[in-house]
Amino acid sequence: MTKITDLQIGDSLDSIQLKPVERLDLIKYAGASGDFNPIHTVDSEAEKAGLPGIIAHGMWTMGNLAKLFTPHLDEGFIQDYAIRFKGMVFLDDVVTLKASVTEKQEGNVKFSVEAVNQQEKNVLKGEVIFSL
Amino acid sequence: MLKESIGKRSEKVKNTIERGAVRKFAEAIGDPAPIFLDEGAGAASRYGKNIAPPTFPVTFDAGTIEGLNLPSKGLIHGEQIYHYTRPLLVGEDVFCWTEVKDYYEKSGNFGEMGFLVVTKYGEDSIGQLLFTEERIVIINESARKGMLV
Repeated sequence: MTKITDLQIGDSLDSIQLKPVERLDLIKYAGASGDFNPIHTVDSEAEKAGLPGIIAHGMWTMGNLAKLFTPHLDEGFIQDYAIRFKGMVFLDDVVTLKASVTEKQEGNVKFSVEAVNQQEKNVLKGEVIFSL
Repeated sequence: MLKESIGKRSEKVKNTIERGAVRKFAEAIGDPAPIFLDEGAGAASRYGKNIAPPTFPVTFDAGTIEGLNLPSKGLIHGEQIYHYTRPLLVGEDVFCWTEVKDYYEKSGNFGEMGFLVVTKYGEDSIGQLLFTEERIVIINESARKGMLV
């Protein structure tokens, strides 16, 4: 594994493809996070809200995305993590997590980060500043 | 009504970062790494302790802002922005409160949308800022009308 400090602009961290989203993933996240909005777990509530089915918590996907950096926590930490939610994640979607270096400064490295679904559509996008 | 809430804040609430809560959270985001969960790995790390994942502050109680009663429907989570001065340590106490930073309206394809910016703050026991968590919530017109009733 390449160290963050050795990455150059344009280099990427190893991307991660998640297994297809299951209802149990979202039930677990609801319990762990305390976000029990039923559009994330109960079909009829999602339908009442005008959705074709339950959708993942945006924060579930954002939480997952941060794990690209977990193997590097011996080098530094996530100082800034900004995300814009762009699209919904449904059951059985396959989400891929990506990060690539956009800027390098003394003491920190800036990454563009995103999560895309199986249609290569952005579901969330943003940036991470990793403090070394 | 939402415009009037700008600047309002909650009282500070003490939160203790519990090992079990961090474990459950890390597992729920598919990231059960030793730096979060394994005591030995935490002790040997540069932080000297286990740390919490960066989105863990969603679990913190930051009190309630008087008069701010958001509808349970018609809300869209638009953005989420964290800033840290250092990682959060398992076992430490974090004192949290929340403040309405801004509210504005913009017209778009779905009518007049409201944008509410709420920031959660976390301090250590001597009042030093550990993190901020800014959340931008988009509220559609019909949900806002419901709030006025």
